[in-house]
Amino acid sequence: MSSENKIYFYPLWLRIWHGINALGIILLIITGISMNSGFEKSFISFKLIITVHNYAGVIVTLNYLVYLFGNLFTSNKKFYIVKPKNFLKRPMKQAYYYAWGMFHGMQAPYPLSEKRKFNPLQKYTYIAVMYLVVPMVIVSGIGLMFPELIFNKIYNISGVLITAVTHSAMGFFISIFLLIHLYIASIGKSPVDNFRSIINGWHHITKK
Amino acid sequence: MKVFLSILLFLSCFTFATRTMAQYYDDPKNHDCLKCHSQQTYSFHNDMMDTEQKRLMNPYLIIDTIQLRNGVHHNFDCTDCHSYEYTTYPHTATLKLEPLSTCLDCHGGDESYAKYEFEKVQEEFQKSIHYKVYGDNFTCAKCHNQHYYAPAARNSSSVVEIVEYSNKMCLSCHNDMKRFSLVSGETKPTVVAIHDWLPNQELHFQHVRCIECHTVVVDSLMVSHNILSKENALRRCAECHSANSMLKASLYKYQNLQERAEDGSVLGMLSNENYVIGSHQIPALKILSLIIFFAALAGIIIHLTFRIIIKKK
Repeated sequence: MSSENKIYFYPLWLRIWHGINALGIILLIITGISMNSGFEKSFISFKLIITVHNYAGVIVTLNYLVYLFGNLFTSNKKFYIVKPKNFLKRPMKQAYYYAWGMFHGMQAPYPLSEKRKFNPLQKYTYIAVMYLVVPMVIVSGIGLMFPELIFNKIYNISGVLITAVTHSAMGFFISIFLLIHLYIASIGKSPVDNFRSIINGWHHITKK
Repeated sequence: MKVFLSILLFLSCFTFATRTMAQYYDDPKNHDCLKCHSQQTYSFHNDMMDTEQKRLMNPYLIIDTIQLRNGVHHNFDCTDCHSYEYTTYPHTATLKLEPLSTCLDCHGGDESYAKYEFEKVQEEFQKSIHYKVYGDNFTCAKCHNQHYYAPAARNSSSVVEIVEYSNKMCLSCHNDMKRFSLVSGETKPTVVAIHDWLPNQELHFQHVRCIECHTVVVDSLMVSHNILSKENALRRCAECHSANSMLKASLYKYQNLQERAEDGSVLGMLSNENYVIGSHQIPALKILSLIIFFAALAGIIIHLTFRIIIKKK
């Protein structure tokens, strides 16, 4: 295996951010589901679950700032730029590759390189999750921590209820994202190769 | 003659009918009892002194004629229940000792009152703290004034009105030291002080009946009569503030702010133990989320299966 086939994709700050984010979000999902499930008796106390959720929420929120500033001040931001040309065709092509092409000897339509860290479908998903869903979960989470900030009523529906529903619905989307994210990460040179990359920073690429 | 008798009979029937239809209390000033008992003062001729005298009426013996006319028992005259001898004045001393009818004397075992379940009420009442402390002396009348009784919970559609009517019964003693000491023999701090722990006390008192927390609820009875001792009263806010999401939301806000007021530090804020259920409060969203989750899972499993099959080839 020559080093030419490897690119240093993930700088240290990004790996640290990703690691904290991953652990934090996993904790948030587990504790979030516990709170919604209504099981008051589990192997850890219900009160502890709430406290863990609060702490993890604050850590993930602060960590989100690392991501935001990291993308603002480093070259990492260029990977998130969306090309208007073939705006829908490009992710569709990638989806077609995942659903059909990869089983029929098709080459990945958007192989990763120094210039392209994410395929179009991946890019769109990350933008939606990181710049829409996560901010919403953070804002609604802050609302629930400081309920005096929430409107009392919006069209006769309790503001706390709307905020809580938004918070858990967005949390749910993040869980689904995580599930698919982890699965697609297993589609690499070997099933564990991409997981190794996000830890050591080096990504294997296939050169034509 | 025959015709005359028929007319007389007809007239007497008519007058009897109008008499029963009429209100005994339409004209209190000319009513034998109410001419004194609806007034602050009363006058009588003192035979012994041979003088006209005017005296103050004992306030506990003054009848509110408007409430009386609106009560369920308005078609009974005073002497239907009280001794006819009360029509003379001064009333004989021994009259005070005569037994008065209890509710069950008339309402017990009567088919036409079956829906009110008087026997069941009695049974529940006998388990209550009122009966345990005061026994048979604690009559229905201690709470339900027979003179004015109106079935507010059945007839009124206004919650505030029902609550006010119901709570007035409790407060007539529990907020009145004189009447309270009649049963308990002790004086107590006022209701407001006892319920100091209750947030938004005034609002609660206006919208929640005392019996909501202070009785054991029996589904078959419209109004529970098993009043509990204060140690057994409910103090669990979540009993009400969880079933209904609106109530739950207001409690969440209150508790959260309350806890922060006690410990405003960052750590205190993070250890805030309040939580509110989100989308799982709404069954449709719960089902939708499960569908999305299992669809995603199924997609992954199918995809994975194909990957394994292809790899083996």
